[in-house]
Amino acid sequence: MEKNDMLINIVLFSPLVGIALLLIFGRAREERIKWVALVSSLVTLAFSIILLGAFDQSKAGMQLENLGEWFRLGNYTVSYYVGVDGLSVLLVVLTAFIMPLAILFSLYHVKDRVRLYYSFLLLLEFAMIGVFVAQDLFMFYVFWEVSLVPMYFLVGIWGSEQRIYAAVKFFLYTMAGSILMLLAILWMGNHFGTFNVMQIKAAIEAAAGTPEGAFPSAVTELLLFLGFFIAFAIKVPIWPLHSWLPDAHVQAPTAGSVILAGVLLKLGTYGLVRFNLGLFPQMSVTLAPIIGILAIIGIIYGAWVSYAQTDVKKLVAYSSISHLGFVVLGIFALNAAGISGATLQMINHGISTGGLFLVVGMLYERRHTKAIDAFGGVWKALPVFSGLALVITLSSMGLPGLNGFVGEFTILLGTAGSPVLGLGFAFFGTIGVILAAVYLLYMWNKVFMGEYKAPAAAAHGDFALAPATGGGHEGDGEDVHADHGHDDHGHGGENPYPPLMWNEVTALVVVVVAAFVIGLYPRPFFGYMDASTNAAAAELSRYIPNQAASENIQAE
Amino acid sequence: MQPPTVATEYFVVLSAVLFIMGVLGVLVRRNAIMIFMSVELMLNAANLALVAFARQWGNAGGQLTVFFVITIAAAEVAVGLALIVAIFRTKKSIDIDELNAMQG
Amino acid sequence: MEVIASFVPLVVILPFVGALINLFLGRYMSEKLIGAVATTAAGLAFAIAAVMTIGITAHGYEATVVNPPLLDSWLYIPSAAIDIPWQMRVDTLSLTMMLVVTGVGTLIHLYAIGYMHGDSRFARFFVYLNLFLAFMLILVTGNNFLMMFVGWEGVGLCSFLLIGFWFDKKHGEGWKNSNAARKAFIVNRVGDFGLLMAIFLIFWTFGTLDYYKPNEVLHLEGEPHSAAVDTLIRAGEGGHGGSSQKGVFAQTEAWLAEGGHIVSFGVFELPFETVITLITLFMLIGVTGKSAQIPLFVWLPDAMAGPTPVSALIHAATMVTAGVYLITRTSVLYHAAPLSSAIVTIIGIATALMAGFIALGQWDIKKVLAYSTVSQLGFMVAAVGLGGYAAGMFHLITHAFFKALLFLGSGSVIHAMEHGHHHAHAHGHAEGDSHGHDDHGEQADHGHDEAFDPQDMRNMGGLARRMPITFVTYLIGTLALAGIFPLAGFWSKDEILGKAFNAGFNDGKIEGFLALGVLMVAAGFTAFYMWRQIKLVFLGVPRTEAAAAAPESSPSMTIPLLVLAALTIFGGALNVPLGVSGVLVLGVLFIMAGFWLLWALPGVRLFFIGRAEPVTSQPTVNPIFRLIVLASSAAFILSGAAIMFVPSLGASYQLEVLVLWLEHSVPYTKGLTLNPILAIVALSVGIAGILLAQRVYSPSALAEGNQDILEAQPSTRAAFRLSNAKLYWDETYGRFIEQPYNRAAAWLANKLDWEFWHDRFHHTVFRDFYKRAADFIATPVDRGAIDQGFLRIARGVAQIAARLRGVQTGYVRTYVFTMLFGVVLVMLILLLPLLRQ
Repeated sequence: MEKNDMLINIVLFSPLVGIALLLIFGRAREERIKWVALVSSLVTLAFSIILLGAFDQSKAGMQLENLGEWFRLGNYTVSYYVGVDGLSVLLVVLTAFIMPLAILFSLYHVKDRVRLYYSFLLLLEFAMIGVFVAQDLFMFYVFWEVSLVPMYFLVGIWGSEQRIYAAVKFFLYTMAGSILMLLAILWMGNHFGTFNVMQIKAAIEAAAGTPEGAFPSAVTELLLFLGFFIAFAIKVPIWPLHSWLPDAHVQAPTAGSVILAGVLLKLGTYGLVRFNLGLFPQMSVTLAPIIGILAIIGIIYGAWVSYAQTDVKKLVAYSSISHLGFVVLGIFALNAAGISGATLQMINHGISTGGLFLVVGMLYERRHTKAIDAFGGVWKALPVFSGLALVITLSSMGLPGLNGFVGEFTILLGTAGSPVLGLGFAFFGTIGVILAAVYLLYMWNKVFMGEYKAPAAAAHGDFALAPATGGGHEGDGEDVHADHGHDDHGHGGENPYPPLMWNEVTALVVVVVAAFVIGLYPRPFFGYMDASTNAAAAELSRYIPNQAASENIQAE
Repeated sequence: MQPPTVATEYFVVLSAVLFIMGVLGVLVRRNAIMIFMSVELMLNAANLALVAFARQWGNAGGQLTVFFVITIAAAEVAVGLALIVAIFRTKKSIDIDELNAMQG
Repeated sequence: MEVIASFVPLVVILPFVGALINLFLGRYMSEKLIGAVATTAAGLAFAIAAVMTIGITAHGYEATVVNPPLLDSWLYIPSAAIDIPWQMRVDTLSLTMMLVVTGVGTLIHLYAIGYMHGDSRFARFFVYLNLFLAFMLILVTGNNFLMMFVGWEGVGLCSFLLIGFWFDKKHGEGWKNSNAARKAFIVNRVGDFGLLMAIFLIFWTFGTLDYYKPNEVLHLEGEPHSAAVDTLIRAGEGGHGGSSQKGVFAQTEAWLAEGGHIVSFGVFELPFETVITLITLFMLIGVTGKSAQIPLFVWLPDAMAGPTPVSALIHAATMVTAGVYLITRTSVLYHAAPLSSAIVTIIGIATALMAGFIALGQWDIKKVLAYSTVSQLGFMVAAVGLGGYAAGMFHLITHAFFKALLFLGSGSVIHAMEHGHHHAHAHGHAEGDSHGHDDHGEQADHGHDEAFDPQDMRNMGGLARRMPITFVTYLIGTLALAGIFPLAGFWSKDEILGKAFNAGFNDGKIEGFLALGVLMVAAGFTAFYMWRQIKLVFLGVPRTEAAAAAPESSPSMTIPLLVLAALTIFGGALNVPLGVSGVLVLGVLFIMAGFWLLWALPGVRLFFIGRAEPVTSQPTVNPIFRLIVLASSAAFILSGAAIMFVPSLGASYQLEVLVLWLEHSVPYTKGLTLNPILAIVALSVGIAGILLAQRVYSPSALAEGNQDILEAQPSTRAAFRLSNAKLYWDETYGRFIEQPYNRAAAWLANKLDWEFWHDRFHHTVFRDFYKRAADFIATPVDRGAIDQGFLRIARGVAQIAARLRGVQTGYVRTYVFTMLFGVVLVMLILLLPLLRQ
């Protein structure tokens, strides 16, 4: 393990090196900045995969650790402590995987303040990886807050019309939660004399059996739990703290939405597993049914609300609320199946919803509208794009054979057999699976299927003015066959659906391949997290009163 | 043989009279030059007192101080007269009752 | 057997490969090549299934579990004790399904080459078809519930894609197709919800989702075992996941034998029997979705928006029977849950009756067949509900034959009508291009202004003369569906009725009596609406130019029709509930039927077409058709002769082939002896239905103003209109489910989430609260208290200063005097101590 000591640091700091390179490039070479950013993100991805290779699946605890003193705060030492377990190593890889996709999409679509843009993206990557690998509460908090800043600017500078409003709202909501978390973190540091998560966890586990317990009183534990929980719940977002999400998603640039959905929301769910479940097992068990109900409401509410949207991006944004509801449900099923499924679903959601945002972004770049009604028959105009988009939609819908299903199924299976939630929760969760089909097919139908709808202004007008030279054309603007190379340039109008560029195709194909790989052969993914989830579930089961019964079932 | 001496009290009385004359002059006169001269009178009254006590105590410090006072008084006269000239040039008068710009 | 069975992954992989080839290379390939690739993939899969069938027969029908290479496991989470492999099962039941799916599938692929000729997305169509086959085969070959679910959803997806295949048609057709596709997917999703819940329950009850472990065997009836499934503990031979663990069915039997088993679900406990009932009821939701039963059948009639081969393959022959397969597969569970079985039966018969009634009043040729399919699926579901698993499967197979035949026949009619319409239109406008067999999908795009529906039976009539092969095969299908002896439908329907009879009279079950009565009525409906269709479509005189100009379809379309017709005629032989003696009679009857078809037909046709209209040209019977009928008749006679004269096959040979075959994989399958009275009653119901229809729809098939005869008569008008309106199912669902859902969604999204939560709540509570707090701090606190306080101090100082100002007179003497006064004062203070002394 000696030789791998620095590996995690390399993964963590490689985006910063990328930023430094970006800054070196002069104004004259601005064209190259995007390539530097892309290569930098790919290098991070490569290192993260090496990290995955160095990771030992059979161990439950932290691995590839790196521990040192950062600074002293009064009597307390804040350590520089990074490490990964089965859960975070996958999320690090997810982060490193999503970032090149976001950059790939941006290559030709982002044109102003390029240097700043890519610097923020890489800074965001740095912060997100930092959140996943930090094993010191204080350090975690610092990274958590750092991740806010670039996102704030990405939304605020490169967003759509109401970007400032959305950016400020995003910032304030998250900040409000963070403050509570900071209080909780400071209390914990003060009480346990350290910010080291592993040490705190060990102390709590040691105190579990004793009559006085790890915390002075149940109320204290509840308040601490809530301090962490509210911060994470806002980030996830758990219903009803979601109202920043549609704004942020709709206003963010495509790459921002992809990262927001793909990784940033996972910071919340990751925190729930790592800190709420890890540090407050007793309170997690007690509150699981309530949080489960919130998750169920989120699943159904998100699905229901997204069905009524008229804006494609908003629809996808609300679908995130529904999907993340599944993840929260799985986490608070508090058994190995639920937590495994939830972890996998974090990755799945990153891939499929990230993919959906890419799809929406590509549609927007072509038509400059996100209104569902403006589209129709895109399948005919862009068959390859639509085929890829279909796979992504289906993966989001949870079709077996694609990634979404594996995660949702495992979550619901875990929920059904959960020692704290049970069948009723699975029942309503499964209803969410129906509703997912309802809103996604609504979107799919309206946008991709149906008769081809030409854009009202440009092409149609040109059709009316152009002399009807083409023999079969009726001049009604309905017979555009972009897929036949038989476009309407001859009529003077511009094809509203120019074919995909190489970078767009690459991004979508990568997403689709990932969806298939996880859907057909999820075993390695479960393998990485298995020891960790097993340990987590075993630890939690000590706090569950009637656990004996369900252990019997597991033994069978 | 002791030279005939004048008692210090006389000097002091003379000095006081001169000083009071100076004070009254400052208080009563309206001409700036006259006031200036009254101030000089007061200064010299003080000088006289200093010299008188220096003689009584056989201490040269008093006389020394008087030299300083005279020197400074000379400088003061120069500045003071220059000021009065400047005032006269702007106000065409050196009646200090007309120079009441400081009134609150 | 192990070796042969290990080919089973190929059955799934071949169609996948076909789909992939056409997906990626289709654009570079000619139509013929695309069709050949797809059809070959399906045909090879059929061949492998056939080889495996021979193999399994030769090896004592022993079931085999196959782990496909490379994919060692699928959902494998050791910490959660979840281990669900990609594992396939070859047994007689899955083979039956494989044969039906690939067999009928191959024929329909062949047919589709002709039907889809010229479509702009020709390759795509075959990609979907092959993909469908692959998923359907996963469904039937999986050895666990999750694999079945994969196939279950996968076929739903393909169904969605194919229903919406012509999503881009003009004049609103495209939107209609797209919405039909969406409806199908969503309704099926509701069913999938039930299946998922059943799977969750099964997992937490049994700890596994495998049907059987590799070391488990079935016991046939009569052997000294109480349980039908038994687990063999073979020394040194651990199955997948340990030899101690039993498969779902073996565990069920074990716990039932043990009695009083309690299942714990973490937060609550249930007795095992209740759990089984729950599982089977949830499964039933899945069945109603996929197999189009009440209350989830509404998608199937709409699904007819897809191209006709799709309707034949997916929405008649294979996919919709998945529910029947599911119940048959889980016969052990349904056997243990009498309540669920009764509910299954009741749903089945209710659906059969309801759909049969609706089919009476439809004008669209495919809608009639669609409702007929729903009705026949009701028969099957009722059969498996009554415990007649073999009967259900039997009807499934025969129905696959004749319903595929009917759909393909209707496709041939529609195709011909479109061509006829085009032909007539082209002639009318003298634009040439009359023989341009154009893009099918764009047929409607060619700008015919008048709305012409090639599927409306009112536009047809007299097609028998124009399309003889289609007519004859369609007639065979109709008779089979009506349950006319000796066609396949007679035998399978009779077996279901026999089951109902036994359940009622022998076992004293109420649902048995109910089923018998209701299904009889439904059978009568069937005969009536099918004959109505024959009258409207094929007989009488052409009612439109298009019908008069409709040509017979190409061989690639008619050959599948003929093969399916042959299967429809002889398919009953699969499971004839007769002793050896009966076969003689049967053989003779079949030969007679063959002759009847060959010789009597032209005359018969003349009879049906009507004497009023002179037949101008005598259509000739296609020689290929002649040959095939002859050949198949001969084959049947030869096989009958073989059974009788080959000693080893003789005496003790039971003719219920299917029952004997399925016994090896479906526990609690029982054969049935022919009940002659019941058979005669059922037959007479069918004939009565046909005769009644013949009477009602003669001499003219339509009343004044294109009304149905029944609509024109006041006594039946209400009933017809009710039937024509499809009993207002869609409206009811729209009113009570869809609209409330939409309205609630709009309310939730716009009012609650956006206006209230996002705007008002966020704005009033968060923003306005913050603002008001800020205002409070800014105005009363900051501007008020703090600012005013300092101001007051300042003002006080100013006032004092103003008073003090008077001191400053500006007169030098005042200052001097003050100074003097000060000096005196200071001196006084300094001298005060001296004065005191």
